[in-house]
Amino acid sequence: MPAVSKGDGMRGLAVFISDIRNCKSKEAEIKRINKELANIRSKFKGDKALDGYSKKKYVCKLLFIFLLGHDIDFGHMEAVNLLSSNKYTEKQIGYLFISVLVNSNSELIRLINNAIKNDLASRNPTFMCLALHCIANVGSREMGEAFAADIPRILVAGDSMDSVKQSAALCLLRLYKASPDLVPMGEWTARVVHLLNDQHMGVVTAAVSLITCLCKKNPDDFKTCISLAVSRLSRIVSSASTDLQDYTYYFVPAPWLSVKLLRLLQCYPPPEDAAVKGRLVECLETVLNKAQEPPKSKKVQHSNAKNAILFETISLIIHYDSEPNLLVRACNQLGQFLQHRETNLRYLALESMCTLASSEFSHEAVKTHIDTVINALKTERDVSVRQRAADLLYAMCDRSNAKQIVSEMLRYLETADYAIREEIVLKVAILAEKYAVDYSWYVDTILNLIRIAGDYVSEEVWYRVLQIVTNRDDVQGYAAKTVFEALQAPACHENMVKVGGYILGEFGNLIAGDPRSSPPVQFSLLHSKFHLCSVATRALLLSTYIKFINLFPETKATIQGVLRAGSQLRNADVELQQRAVEYLTLSSVASTDVLATVLEEMPPFPERESSILAKLKRKKGPGAGSALDDGRRDPSSNDVNGGVEPTPSTVSTPSPSADLLGLRAAPPPAAPPATSGAGNLLVDVFSDGPAAQPSLGPTPEEAFLSELEPPAPESPMALLADPAPAADPGPEDIGPPIPEADELLNKFVCKNNGVLFENQLLQIGVKSEFRQNLGRMYLFYGNKTSVQFQNFSPTVVHPGDLQTQLAVQTKRVAAQVDGGAQVQQVLNIECLRDFLTPPLLSVRFRYGGAPQSLTLKLPVTINKFFQPTEMAAQDFFQRWKQLSLPQQEAQKIFKANHPMDAEVTKAKLLGFGSALLDNVDPNPENFVGAGIIQTKALQVGCLLRLEPNAQAQMYRLTLRTSKEPVSRHLCELLAQQF
Amino acid sequence: MGQGKCCKAGEGLEIRFILIQNRAGKTRLAKWYMQFDDDEKQKLIEEVHAVVTVRDAKHTNFVEFRNFKIIYRRYAGLYFCICVDVNDNNLAYLEAIHNFVEVLNEYFHNVCELDLVFNFYKVYTVVDEMFLAGEIRETSQTKVLKQLLMLQSLE
Repeated sequence: MPAVSKGDGMRGLAVFISDIRNCKSKEAEIKRINKELANIRSKFKGDKALDGYSKKKYVCKLLFIFLLGHDIDFGHMEAVNLLSSNKYTEKQIGYLFISVLVNSNSELIRLINNAIKNDLASRNPTFMCLALHCIANVGSREMGEAFAADIPRILVAGDSMDSVKQSAALCLLRLYKASPDLVPMGEWTARVVHLLNDQHMGVVTAAVSLITCLCKKNPDDFKTCISLAVSRLSRIVSSASTDLQDYTYYFVPAPWLSVKLLRLLQCYPPPEDAAVKGRLVECLETVLNKAQEPPKSKKVQHSNAKNAILFETISLIIHYDSEPNLLVRACNQLGQFLQHRETNLRYLALESMCTLASSEFSHEAVKTHIDTVINALKTERDVSVRQRAADLLYAMCDRSNAKQIVSEMLRYLETADYAIREEIVLKVAILAEKYAVDYSWYVDTILNLIRIAGDYVSEEVWYRVLQIVTNRDDVQGYAAKTVFEALQAPACHENMVKVGGYILGEFGNLIAGDPRSSPPVQFSLLHSKFHLCSVATRALLLSTYIKFINLFPETKATIQGVLRAGSQLRNADVELQQRAVEYLTLSSVASTDVLATVLEEMPPFPERESSILAKLKRKKGPGAGSALDDGRRDPSSNDVNGGVEPTPSTVSTPSPSADLLGLRAAPPPAAPPATSGAGNLLVDVFSDGPAAQPSLGPTPEEAFLSELEPPAPESPMALLADPAPAADPGPEDIGPPIPEADELLNKFVCKNNGVLFENQLLQIGVKSEFRQNLGRMYLFYGNKTSVQFQNFSPTVVHPGDLQTQLAVQTKRVAAQVDGGAQVQQVLNIECLRDFLTPPLLSVRFRYGGAPQSLTLKLPVTINKFFQPTEMAAQDFFQRWKQLSLPQQEAQKIFKANHPMDAEVTKAKLLGFGSALLDNVDPNPENFVGAGIIQTKALQVGCLLRLEPNAQAQMYRLTLRTSKEPVSRHLCELLAQQF
Repeated sequence: MGQGKCCKAGEGLEIRFILIQNRAGKTRLAKWYMQFDDDEKQKLIEEVHAVVTVRDAKHTNFVEFRNFKIIYRRYAGLYFCICVDVNDNNLAYLEAIHNFVEVLNEYFHNVCELDLVFNFYKVYTVVDEMFLAGEIRETSQTKVLKQLLMLQSLE
């Protein structure tokens, strides 16, 4: 029997516990418990009133049974009865039962609160503490409502016992954290701060916690605590090791209180008052000095307590980040710990140094420890220590040591625990990119990553290397050569095949001069990997093959043979089959010129936040990413690799898959809106597809549409799948379009791609392509926040008669959009007859619980179904005359809203969809165009003429079509573009 | 000041839970300072046991766990674990555990696992004297023991 239970224990309880311990099986235990439960139930129900002792004993048994993991559904009332006993032991069991088995049965809560109220008013410190502990343990809102007003009074009352004050302070802290609105601020708050001066160290220890919590919410109201905390700290730190008697722990004066005071000070910037600041700096120096003194005891408790204070002191020094001298001293101290025999200290030193590395004052000092840290990475037994070492290497990396650190991390990767490999891969990829002096090193590093830890190289990493190689022509040849060599390995990771396939497809020509890597060799090397790869990779390789046909005409026959093979042409996978069919047709039908245009080299990717960095931040949570990356103040890191630096505003990172393999590069939705510069606009227009490339040849309709399709594996596209019918809520169900909807729509009259809408939460990008009376539109919804959107539902609505004029089929999208993520929605559009109003896009979702809704005009206007028509001057004038009825013509004379630049105008007219006819108008300044609007029901021929008057800064626009409303509508649409 | 550092100051000394388990995984004390439902508590108990018992004496006394850290110390067959925020003061809690164990040892005169089993309701009292609302309440062994003996003498 334990010493303490002699005489005072509950014998019945001890016997019961022994019985349970002696049970040989789970079944026997359950049997014994059921017997006991039946016994207790009969006692509680019995006629004879139980005495306090029995009640206490049975309630305690019930509690024991509950703690063993069994459900208890009675006994609450008996426990509540115990609360009003005037015997401590009975009361204590009652309170314990209530605290452990919280039950929000409202009737009981009223009784419990009543008992607590009585105990708080009892003036018996033991009972008061029991009641306060119960409130602190339960911390429910009901208790907050009942007692939040009383407890501050107890806390600052002059006659409260010290132990009661301690409990009251922490009880209040609990209620304030749970429901701050219930705790009234008032006269007591000023007096709480003065508890820092209290004679009783226990009261101070409890009060500091409360004050720290209050400071965080109302820093200005509690500023006076700074000087009080500093003077208290100073008294402790400068006291001799025995001065504080009860509060000295293994010769260290008040270690926990010191730590709490140091944390309180971290709620504020350095003290403004010079005297206070001087005193504090003195304290911090004293702590650093003491660390150098010989220990007063060999016990680990002594050094732990001392170092607890030391590490908190260093945290405060780092938090202030303003005292170079202290920062460097802190760094040196941590440097000593890096080689300490205690694993705990090595771990904590690595962790603490990681934050020091981001201070400009100590970054260099941290760097001097690089060899020790690398050694830790190699030799530490505990994985969590190795992980800290890897974190620190990442934090201390800059241009001067990047090569060394990256190569050490690569070496570590070979033996690293699986749990942290992906993180190491991301870190290496980021460092290699951020500090690349020459990009061949960067390419080598990433290929090494794939070689060593291919499974852990996420899409973000290998997409990124492709983006960088595409954007930097000085590294393309090297990249082609290196991947070619890497692919020679008999077993190479599939990610290597992906990168290799893509790079050779784009830049294989740069190494084709060498007979060892001649086009047929390149092809057979890639194709030797083909059959072992997943569908996604094979799809990518098929795209590489069609690019090869363009780059190396001599491989055409071989590749056509591969495409024609039954295993491709009749592949069970729709994506592969479709690619094989399309590429085969494309390669046989299109002329070399067309092929060269279609398969032109990818244009540079727009720079945006590295998606890898975003991924690391997601992995590590928001705090870690910013501490590691954004906090770095290395001015030199901005110049060369500027594009890689995180820009806080670009949260949405469109999946690169959308533009990775597209045969025709279209600017991704994140591209900035076109400025008035002519060059910009031309690129925009020419990347649009059919308008710019009318002579694509008679490919089947499906093939045409699918070319635009992002070949990412996760989007097995619409051709076979049943598109979900657009669930059309009646127009009355959705709100009116936002005020700027018309303006946004106008931006898309002459272009098909770009950002349709953007606010603080959401970005909507559009990419679309039209051919004859059909169109396909991709909408990209980017969640710009870090919070998931719920119930996300974009729908397309046809107001008025539009349903009979335009058919839009949408595919459903996922109802949740993660923070920072992007979802894509595909719309299939068919123009049935001419129409005047665009369909509406209604987007609804919940953000942080609040419903959001937004209605936009979908950028589908009648001119999207324009087929350009080339004709000679003679034909043009003949048709012009045929359409001479007054209602067939619409004309508008208007002022120029933009600079009158002939090239820009041309681009806009091409983007509008008509052909531009040269040498038709006698005045070379004028523009003449022709085209046919294709709808399912009818075709409408259109002729247009635009006459700029540079002197007057005016235009005259004339439209003639066979249908009156179309003439007027086109005229209005086009007139707003100049 | 960097953003990361403000986050750090934003978290006080705050304990999420205290667990005492033996090597076999039997819980000898579970004190929760955060709301968890019963299933969640059981899951946490099992996960902590799995994380802590595989570590050897050369390892640190700190182990990252979900978004938190477990500070633990082994005494004979018992693991004393405190769950705190990742950037809280590791050593302060490590010694808080030891301080608590010394008080138990004094109170139960050479404490052993059985004392905690048979006197589970008293262990809660010791915990509440030393930790309250997830914060360290009293650190003086003398003061805590004096209070415990006073309570012991009450009927």
